[in-house]
Amino acid sequence: MSLISAQHISVSFGAASVLSDVTLSIEQGEIVTLIGPNGSGKSTLLRALLGIVPLASGQVQRAPDLRLGYVPQKLAIDRAMPITVRRFLSLPQTVPDKEARAALARVGLGAMEGAQMAQLSGGQMQRAMLARALLTDPQILVLDEPTQGLDQQGEAAFYRLIEELRLETGAAVLMVSHDLHVVMAASDRVICLNGHICCQGAPQVVLSAPEYRALFGLGTQGALALYQHAHDHVHDGGPAPAGPVSAGPVSSGPIKDAFGRSPSDPHYGHNHA
Amino acid sequence: MPLAAAHLIRIMAITMLDDFLIRAALAGIGLALATGPLGSFVVWRRMAYFGDATSHAAILGVALALALHLPIGVGTLIVALAMAGTVSTLAAKGWAMDTTLGVLAHSALAFGLVAISYVPSVRADLSSYLFGDILAVSRADLAFIWGGAGLVLALLIWRWQRLLTATLSEDLAHASGINPSVERLALTIALALVVAVALKIVGALLIAAMLIIPAAAARALSRTPESMATIAAFLGAQACLGGLALSLWQDTPAGPSIITVAAIIFAASAIFGRAAQR
Repeated sequence: MSLISAQHISVSFGAASVLSDVTLSIEQGEIVTLIGPNGSGKSTLLRALLGIVPLASGQVQRAPDLRLGYVPQKLAIDRAMPITVRRFLSLPQTVPDKEARAALARVGLGAMEGAQMAQLSGGQMQRAMLARALLTDPQILVLDEPTQGLDQQGEAAFYRLIEELRLETGAAVLMVSHDLHVVMAASDRVICLNGHICCQGAPQVVLSAPEYRALFGLGTQGALALYQHAHDHVHDGGPAPAGPVSAGPVSSGPIKDAFGRSPSDPHYGHNHA
Repeated sequence: MPLAAAHLIRIMAITMLDDFLIRAALAGIGLALATGPLGSFVVWRRMAYFGDATSHAAILGVALALALHLPIGVGTLIVALAMAGTVSTLAAKGWAMDTTLGVLAHSALAFGLVAISYVPSVRADLSSYLFGDILAVSRADLAFIWGGAGLVLALLIWRWQRLLTATLSEDLAHASGINPSVERLALTIALALVVAVALKIVGALLIAAMLIIPAAAARALSRTPESMATIAAFLGAQACLGGLALSLWQDTPAGPSIITVAAIIFAASAIFGRAAQR
């Protein structure tokens, strides 16, 4: 079964709807990236999948006894709390020294065991949180904008590390990114989010999808794409066969006209069960 | 404060282990064992004003106990729990905590003082509730203090890993299957217990000081949460012993003397701790 799946979940903060009718599932060993503009609900979706924010409707299912490693967007460690990197790794489960050292070495923090968490740089903090996540022997790693505040080199190195870790551990990866280009190489599947799922599929497929272009203003078909994105998604009916990137089986007109993909395309498309 | 401790031991020897002094010292040490670790959480979670509101409500608890003929400890515990619960609930509902706590802390104190003025027998005795009366600790008080402190300590040790994770990040706690609201409730209960325990020793006005000052002093000397909690308990005990000694020599009120010594320890730690970090 899927590691995590969400059926028609909606999340609201007060009167404001942040996510509406999102359905997705994460399978073993795949790397899935959530992209979308600021305020598109990427972090909220992750937090909903983790059970941190309550759902207005729909439901989230996790595999029984799922081992999940979470790396939040940032960890604000108050200077009032003294805590070494080593001690941090043992929260909440105590881990043996040997494993802690191995995990730190794996993420490139081998010398930082005794450093105070509050004194780590942004990149070091991300790596420390990643090491902690790895120590749970996760079936899935969930990362929320893990490269925020890193320079391009640091960003590239971090994604390489994630890819290597996936190969070594076989863990699935679900992460949020603000930029498709940097995560393209590392992702099996990209989900483009803007309050709802706009489009999803292999990175190259999403990159050329009008919904993606509308959101990120890329490409030469900007005006057309914007128009296409403005339609109200109407999805009903049963499981969608592999179809056009953006549209379910029933959809308003212009998308199919603009996009004559064959059903054998390798992307996933909307899957509204 | 080994100096003050040494003086205290000498005084103890001279006074041939006066019973009341030993009881006072044991009461102080018992309190410090609980306030060290709990005070560390108060500092880490920035709950200082929360401690104020809860401890000031203790005066209202005294009035309640006297009106209903309950033991003082029981009345204090009930009102402190009610106040701590109210504050937690309001915080969860997103009230502006700085203002809310300010209103609650001072109102609780004012209501308590007004309520207690209706009980003439206590009026003369009021300062012992405000500033504590550690030299009058009875055997029964001592049992209550150690029982309460032991309960708080047991609660904190039992939930230690979960409390720390939730304090560090509620999101990380959630992802690890820990419910931060449950941990918040545990701390709320611990705080109410400590207030009931500490009332007799340092009084309603100084309970928060006993929570915060030793923990703040321990910060500069610690590298892990555990060492900070332990050092805070140790420094709190030193402050109690030193404060008792000061009170005996100078005939000063014991509760404020304890906090005075704690503040001096904090200043020393801030100066030397910072110098050591440079």
